[in-house]
Amino acid sequence: MADPRVNGRAAAEVDAVVVGAGPAGSAAAWALARAGKSVVLLERGPFPGSKNLYGGVVYGRILDEIVPRWWEEVPVQRWVVRRSTMVMTATQALTVDFRTQAWGRPPYNGMTVYRADFDRWLAGKAVEAGATLVTSTVATGLLRDEAGRIAGVRTDRPDGDLRARIVIACDGVNSFLAKEARLLPRTSPEHLTLGVKEVLALPREVIDERFGLRGDEGLDIEILGCTGDIPGGGFLYTNGDTVSVGVVLSLAHLGKAGKRPEEVLAGLKAHPAIAPYLRGATLKEYGAHLIPEGGYNHMPALYTDGMLVAGDAAGMCLAAGIWLEGVNFAIGSGLAAGRAAAKALDAGDLSASGLSVYQRELEKGFVLANHKRLRGAPDLVLSERVQRRYPGLVADLVEGMFTVTDPKPKPGLLALLKRAARRNDVKLRHLLADGLRGGRVFR
Amino acid sequence: MILRRRRGAATIDAPAAPAAATAPARSGTPERWGEVSFEDRMATVGFRVSERAHIVVDSDVCRSCTTRECVTACPANLFAPTADGGILFNYEQCFECGTCYQICNREGAITWTYPDGGHGVIFRHG
Repeated sequence: MADPRVNGRAAAEVDAVVVGAGPAGSAAAWALARAGKSVVLLERGPFPGSKNLYGGVVYGRILDEIVPRWWEEVPVQRWVVRRSTMVMTATQALTVDFRTQAWGRPPYNGMTVYRADFDRWLAGKAVEAGATLVTSTVATGLLRDEAGRIAGVRTDRPDGDLRARIVIACDGVNSFLAKEARLLPRTSPEHLTLGVKEVLALPREVIDERFGLRGDEGLDIEILGCTGDIPGGGFLYTNGDTVSVGVVLSLAHLGKAGKRPEEVLAGLKAHPAIAPYLRGATLKEYGAHLIPEGGYNHMPALYTDGMLVAGDAAGMCLAAGIWLEGVNFAIGSGLAAGRAAAKALDAGDLSASGLSVYQRELEKGFVLANHKRLRGAPDLVLSERVQRRYPGLVADLVEGMFTVTDPKPKPGLLALLKRAARRNDVKLRHLLADGLRGGRVFR
Repeated sequence: MILRRRRGAATIDAPAAPAAATAPARSGTPERWGEVSFEDRMATVGFRVSERAHIVVDSDVCRSCTTRECVTACPANLFAPTADGGILFNYEQCFECGTCYQICNREGAITWTYPDGGHGVIFRHG
């Protein structure tokens, strides 16, 4: 393309370039295209979703803003009608299982998907709205104008500079663009977890019978106490004719623990409460991905002159124990970024102050409102007592409650609690303090 | 010095057939399903291997490293210690997760970029 100079600097080829066609990038590109802006959506994989991996459920409410009645066309595996939380030790498991038929009907609550299908579908919405999707292309760095302001991206295509008035970095948890702009530190293992996952094939009717499901109903189990010495958690959820099972491991502890990630996962799969669910299953796909779990307290600055950051690149995953969400936060932040960019383009002010509207939009909406309120949750959930002592305490308490002691009379609950606390090396004042902390964190 | 080993086919677009189930657990032993050799595990993943190594390991720097966290933490098991104290590394079956450079305690030992556009891991389910 020609390089006409306008006021001494190269004119932009497009209004915006969005880097990464995951949920955040596609939502941002959709919003920009709908606002009438020219937008290029770059994807380094051969198709959107090819580099992406997740651990559970896509909560679809935010999709209402993009596609009315999206559930009639989204590539869903199963609609989650059962949400279980399992707390386990090596030989015990306590499950709290909730089911509602309301989540199995429109407008639905959450669904399991294959990201290769879902991300491609969502990127298609951005393309329908007018965005230009360019796949198999890596954004290798930022372009800057003479004033040093971000003015587009370099790509690995021949003649690959792409000048844009604004860049939206949705390039994932490793975001090299946010790092280059000095918004993200080069490394931050203390705020990252590694998710490793297996997709295991089972016949659909076996899944239905084993998990108490019918038709396209699905189950999501979140698990605490299955990762040994490494802080983290586990999950198991149903797809059409596969189940996905995985563990999430604190990166700061993984390397020091001397245990390989797939061995931790093998331990969960062999647990007596899990193994029968997987009987006869065969491995279809193994994979791994990093997760930004730091939450509100460890997010990067979300904007700088000429650039916004959204999705995993901005640390938008909500890892709050009770709530484990990511794709919806990516979409929510991407929409806010696209809308803020469109406003800033209209106003002709793409400086950091012009783009600060992005932060304000996020704080007004669910994305930062939730993150801010739950900012204490990631540390609490990954704390030593929650990870290594409370699963045993809870399991021992319940085992004591339901173990019949005839001919001796039943022990009182307080005595059982004291015994469970003693066995698991928990002081009651710590339990009380953590209870109060939990009350504050989740209020 | 850059050391890397090649393993498997140079280009794999279509992954191999799903790995077979292990035998049923005998009584008294834990029940295990879907466990396969690491090679078969990696054969379930699609890769379009680039000619260019997207990760470069400076084995001279690794020689002075005592923790070697990359060796156990890499979920694709791409790092192997060598007899002379270096690290042998294969980029071809990389998930591009970033674990290795995030936990590497030696500045500059691991140079990490994305593979060229269209190359690298291709998750079919994810």
